[in-house]
Amino acid sequence: MKLPIYMDNHATTQTDPRVFEAMKPYFMQVYGNAASRNHSFGWEAEEAVEKSRKQIADLIGATPKEIIFTSGATESNNLALKGIAEMYAERGNHIITQVTEHKAVLDTCKRLEKDGAHVTYLPVKQDGLIDLDQLRDAITDKTILISIMYANNEIGVVQPIQEIGRIAKEKGVLVHSDAVQAIGKIPVNVSADGVDVLSLTAHKLYGPKGVGALYVRRRNPRVQITAQMDGGGHERGMRSGTLNVPGVVGLGAACEIAKREMAEESKRLGFLRDKLKNKLMDNLDEVYINGSMEHRLPHNLNISFAYVEGESLLMGINDIAVSSGSACTSATLEPSYVLKALGAGDDLAHSSIRFGIGRFNTEEEVDYVGNKVIDVVQKLRELSPLYEMAKEGVDLSKVAWTAH
Amino acid sequence: MAYSDKVLDHYNHPRNVGSLDKTSRDVGTGMVGAPECGDVMKLQVKVNPDTGVIEDAKFKTFGCGSAIASSSLATEWLKGKTVDQALEIKNTDIVNELSLPPVKIHCSVLAEDAIKEAISDYKKKQTAAPKETLVAG
Repeated sequence: MKLPIYMDNHATTQTDPRVFEAMKPYFMQVYGNAASRNHSFGWEAEEAVEKSRKQIADLIGATPKEIIFTSGATESNNLALKGIAEMYAERGNHIITQVTEHKAVLDTCKRLEKDGAHVTYLPVKQDGLIDLDQLRDAITDKTILISIMYANNEIGVVQPIQEIGRIAKEKGVLVHSDAVQAIGKIPVNVSADGVDVLSLTAHKLYGPKGVGALYVRRRNPRVQITAQMDGGGHERGMRSGTLNVPGVVGLGAACEIAKREMAEESKRLGFLRDKLKNKLMDNLDEVYINGSMEHRLPHNLNISFAYVEGESLLMGINDIAVSSGSACTSATLEPSYVLKALGAGDDLAHSSIRFGIGRFNTEEEVDYVGNKVIDVVQKLRELSPLYEMAKEGVDLSKVAWTAH
Repeated sequence: MAYSDKVLDHYNHPRNVGSLDKTSRDVGTGMVGAPECGDVMKLQVKVNPDTGVIEDAKFKTFGCGSAIASSSLATEWLKGKTVDQALEIKNTDIVNELSLPPVKIHCSVLAEDAIKEAISDYKKKQTAAPKETLVAG
């Protein structure tokens, strides 16, 4: 077993060697511009791009023409929301989203609000899921779009996308979903799910960084999106810019592998995740799972170790790469807004660790991580005045703290 | 973020972890911070009432590595100082000793506050109740 261990697979993943092999020829042998129509260099590049389009479409139940390549999910989300807001401005200016979305959606919505759009941010329940009745009630005759993520990047909870799709269809509203964390991990099918626009990125599914895609439905209904970048009119006029051909090839290869191996892989990762969860919960008191265990990605575990601060915990497990919702680990010095939205209290947000188990993690690594975390949590609890007080029976919520 | 060697040393080998009897007349307790802010420090001093010298100091801290190191260092510095000398410890001394980056300065401020509160608690106990009454009571 090699240290350090990478277990932060919601942040990014290692490129699969098979993906890398598929990409290799497209740097120095097949280096043509996929938009060059008058020589073989261009044709070969175009052929590779079209193959990738099909590989992606096959994974999500779409047709190749519905796939638009982008630089990644941040761009896909920006293009989807801004492009739809602009294209459908005459029909309405109301967008519905929810509070635990990725910043690429939330900040895009804030920008749209500045430009006159009206945005409803649905709260989530304690399990991290939205309330479908609240969604139904939020829809008005001005609503043009519902944007709800497929699965959350911090707590891994999977939103009820099919029900959201059904509600949207009834009301004639478009559905966009940021499916970055779900693609290749759980079955996603844009037809069955009733999703009209969907964002994905390669580097979360063992592909390269810097390439992503936006699925844009072409039938029932035909969705139109106003381009947000001006240029050569690539990607059916929706996204200008010469395609990153090696990246596009890598994304396609990653999708093909995911389609073939997802069922087996998710079983294995789910087993490892549950093993880790059970080990931690059997050996430590006062640990809390953040978000629904039932509606959750198989490889995600987000857990709070009460009375232990997240950054100090990360410091103790410095041969393991994971992340924390603690303020100390964020640039803003605010604890995770996702965990706060669950209503668990800031103190538990400060105490949280996110484990993202991936394709290249072994059972031996998971066992090592479990043991190490238990050791460090126990050590830090001996150091924790809060743990001492809690053991003495002090109700910490009733203490007059000197907030600073 | 990279931690300084001294922060790592205090984190890996914290000095003077523990608790003193907070009901004792010779013990001053300072508890500062809040769980929702991500750090709480408890710092205690045991003072020799005849000499005014701090004979023992203990801490427990919920917080990041720099908060743990700041309070661990504070207990080291407190031992052997008189209560008045203890009040001269400044957060900037802690920042310099541990090479804390700007984003961790609040940890040193918290440690200074904890020292002040512990000493003030000790002093309050001295003026509030004469020794005899406590023994009698």
